Amino acid sequence: MPEKRLGQITRISGNMVAVDVPGFVVQNEVAYIMHGPERLKAEVIRVRGKNAELQVYESTVGLKVGEQVEFSNELLSVELGPGLLGQIFDGLQNPLPQLAEKYGFFLKRGVYLEALPDESKWEFTPLAKKGTRLLAGEKLGLVQEKIFQHFIMAPFHLQGNVLELQSIAGKGKYNLKQPIAQLKDENGKLHPAFLQQVWPVKLPISAYAEKLKPTQALVTRMRTIDSLFPVVRGGTYCIPGPFGAGKTVLQQLTSRHAEVDIVVIAACGERAGEVVETLRTFPQIIDPRTKKPLSERTVIICNTSSMPVAARESSVYTAVTIAEYYRQMGLNVLLLADSTSRWAQAMREMSGRLEEIPGEEAFPAYLESRIASFYERAGSVRLHDGSIGSVTIGGTVSPAGGNFEEPVTQATLKVVGAFHGLSRERSDARRYPAIDPLISWSKYPGFIEQQQVTSAQQILRKSHEVAQMMKVVGEEGTALPDYIDYLKGEFFDFVYLQQNAFDQVDEASSEERQKFIFNFINQNVFTAEFEFTDKEQALHFFQKLRQLFRSWNSLEYKSKKFQEEQNVISALIKENLKQKKEKVLA
Amino acid sequence: MRKVYTEIIQIAGDVITVEASGVGYMDIAQVSTRRGASLAQVIRLEGKRVSLQVFAGSRGVSTGDQVRFLGHPMRISMGDNLLGRIFNGSGLPLDKGPRLSENMNDIGGPPVNPAKRIIPNKMVRTGIPMIDVFNSLVESQKLPIFSIAGEPYNDVLARIAIQAEVDIIILGGMGLKYDDYLFFRDTLDEQGALSRAIFFIHTAADPTVECLLVPDIALAAAEYFALQGRRVLVLLTDMTNFCAALKEISITMEQVPSNRGYPGDLYSQLACRYEKAVDFDSAGSITILAATTMPGDDVTHPVPDNTGYITEGQFYLKGGVIEPFGSLSRLKQQVNGKTRPDHRTIMDAMIQLFASYRETLEKQAMGFQMSAWDKKLLNYGKLFEQQLMPLTVNIPLEQALDRGWEMLAKSFSPEETGIKKEMIEKYWPKNGKV
Repeated sequence: MPEKRLGQITRISGNMVAVDVPGFVVQNEVAYIMHGPERLKAEVIRVRGKNAELQVYESTVGLKVGEQVEFSNELLSVELGPGLLGQIFDGLQNPLPQLAEKYGFFLKRGVYLEALPDESKWEFTPLAKKGTRLLAGEKLGLVQEKIFQHFIMAPFHLQGNVLELQSIAGKGKYNLKQPIAQLKDENGKLHPAFLQQVWPVKLPISAYAEKLKPTQALVTRMRTIDSLFPVVRGGTYCIPGPFGAGKTVLQQLTSRHAEVDIVVIAACGERAGEVVETLRTFPQIIDPRTKKPLSERTVIICNTSSMPVAARESSVYTAVTIAEYYRQMGLNVLLLADSTSRWAQAMREMSGRLEEIPGEEAFPAYLESRIASFYERAGSVRLHDGSIGSVTIGGTVSPAGGNFEEPVTQATLKVVGAFHGLSRERSDARRYPAIDPLISWSKYPGFIEQQQVTSAQQILRKSHEVAQMMKVVGEEGTALPDYIDYLKGEFFDFVYLQQNAFDQVDEASSEERQKFIFNFINQNVFTAEFEFTDKEQALHFFQKLRQLFRSWNSLEYKSKKFQEEQNVISALIKENLKQKKEKVLA
Repeated sequence: MRKVYTEIIQIAGDVITVEASGVGYMDIAQVSTRRGASLAQVIRLEGKRVSLQVFAGSRGVSTGDQVRFLGHPMRISMGDNLLGRIFNGSGLPLDKGPRLSENMNDIGGPPVNPAKRIIPNKMVRTGIPMIDVFNSLVESQKLPIFSIAGEPYNDVLARIAIQAEVDIIILGGMGLKYDDYLFFRDTLDEQGALSRAIFFIHTAADPTVECLLVPDIALAAAEYFALQGRRVLVLLTDMTNFCAALKEISITMEQVPSNRGYPGDLYSQLACRYEKAVDFDSAGSITILAATTMPGDDVTHPVPDNTGYITEGQFYLKGGVIEPFGSLSRLKQQVNGKTRPDHRTIMDAMIQLFASYRETLEKQAMGFQMSAWDKKLLNYGKLFEQQLMPLTVNIPLEQALDRGWEMLAKSFSPEETGIKKEMIEKYWPKNGKV
């Protein structure tokens, strides 16, 4: 180990500190500012000669020119191991509940706790045999973490070597820092393995065999998403929307209902209240699939808007690194980042302090490449043992003024596979989720037949056109068939696209139910030919149908009441069909 | 004995630069000029060069004036003797009371650990149906009133302050007209609320930069009382002036502006103030109501835009009424499920129908024929605008809900409202009575 390298502060501006260093400096290494008894974490972000510029992960109030800075020679890293699930960390992986226990109401500056508690012991079961040859990331053994088998893997940093397992511990209880195996690399050097690994957050974990094309649908139980703009396991999607359009509610619902093993929530620069809701309610909500509280399969990384700005960037990376770690065990992980714009703004702030030449709207020129490389860490991978794991990334974007032309939205749209654009008009009209079906898109395959999806989208577009036309020529100037198309589109919007987040049944729609209802609407409403004497009658019929359908939506799928309601709806539709011989209703 | 520096090497805008050592970032200094003394705050350190923003403005500051660093960040005296008092943006008394110097605390303290917050769950009743029914205000919420100059936003703030059941009212005025300041003082005095209020006032006549401290001081005081278990309501008016001061300073400091001249960290600056709103686990709470005037009634202007992303909704005050569209209380769902079973139903149904009414109005304006349905909507919309929307309506929530059912029954048949069957059976007025 080289001796401690110390530097001295020469300049302070906001959360940027410039330091004179006598020795060498490593780009992105962690340094600590010694302010009296406090040690404030910082990261090197630019080096110019003997002058290093650091972003400080804490408030810089009171720092003085001339104070000492200690360089650590290590990149910003996270601890990975059993005990992550159910935890709530800040952007630097400090466990918040433990901080609260120790330091009370406020986040005291310069206090850092270990992410994973040292004292806890885990029951380890070896899987690999002594003498086996294996690669970094292959399984050595397992411990039981909550409902998951948490595999202990050969250290990722040994990637590129064929390792020989020299020794492995027997079944028993170990803590995170006791070596459980010795591995010999090709040069004969021995490396210990622990229950815990440390990994630098800005580098992707890639100890797998290959990256696959994502194809398997990720069911979120939100009808608009699953049926019209699907997401796949290992894919990426973004949710841009103006404030108040319901981005965060959408993410919260997704985190509850999405059919994945683990959800990592990165609350980045957003409201503390929203995080509180998640962290207070998740332990109480029982996941219907695992029969355990939701918190047992969730990791929350939160760096809310009033917490230090620089740590926003690290919160996003910390989250994705934890997600990648669980992917290495063959699990399906969903990472929800809310909001990537705040992270981009943090970059902008820093770039301004570094006096870099600004790009569009003062964002730095490297904005696009940073966003792209973040989303590229998603993916479905085949591991060395053949099993498949995935990380899906869903990020919200908060465009300034709700204008999607701005740099962050545009940079994001270039790299994601699905776009769920929220619109102010829809949220003003209380049409939730406010995903605008006319602007959103997805490149991924879903579980509804493509042909049916296309016809639904045609109806929506037609309905929109007629609505626009009606604004000009009025209802009386609209032909009855056009008017019916308009009503069909509105009906589909109201009973299918919209979902009541406060109704126990309606808030989450299973794949089976979606297929059934979509098909039902397609057969009995979209393709049906109705007979009405005038617009008044048509309007009245669709209003009635809508009301019945809404009640139907809040009935348990395939229950007795569900069946009864279906009969009532079918009967109503039948009454208004054009008199033909064909039987449409099942 | 603290060192006094007498050589100011640069004066630009309201920022002065001196050469000094051992100065802490964001520390406070006293600048003494011929005309008197002013506080200043360190905003950049570069080698020996120390840049300070002078709260009273740099007009009349000479290069030979004295700068004395106090060796600590901005502080303010805390305690019950603040109650009933009026201060300026630097914490000096504006009333005839004594200067306070006991129990000094730093302002702009560290953020609250999210793990120590609780989910807000108490409704603040205001007696304004557009708030209580459609966008309930919740204790510990942070909510701005988006408005334009000339709208009665200060009246709304004052009215909510008087009617809300809180222990302490703190008013932070930024660029406040002197009349408005007197209006707040007199209104609270008439209602006997002045003794539980604290004013931090920066009037339009004071130097711009001085208003930068107002929100921090007001919120630091609020935090102090909230930790004592008290429920505090903070009124901030007008936050757009605060942002203008931020802009001024950042331009003077030659920072790259991001959007319409505002600094790139506008969001973070606003957020760290608004996020002081809190409901403490086992202590009191802070609720923040702020007025944000939108230049040119443009909600995409950087100030309202960034504010909207931070706050938990907004009230949109236009034409003297709180507009149902554009207004939103994000926390309403935490409380409106516990008031009366029909609260949410009425809220949703009435708003959706009101939206249709607005569309019909547009059609009518363009001279289209009105269908029977349109006529029903017009009738309903008129009732809504007359009986619920005006700020003069002052009725409890329950009465407002009953009024809602009556209005629906007067205008529509049950299935036209789209309300679920069970609700109709239970609440639909028979013979026009609830």
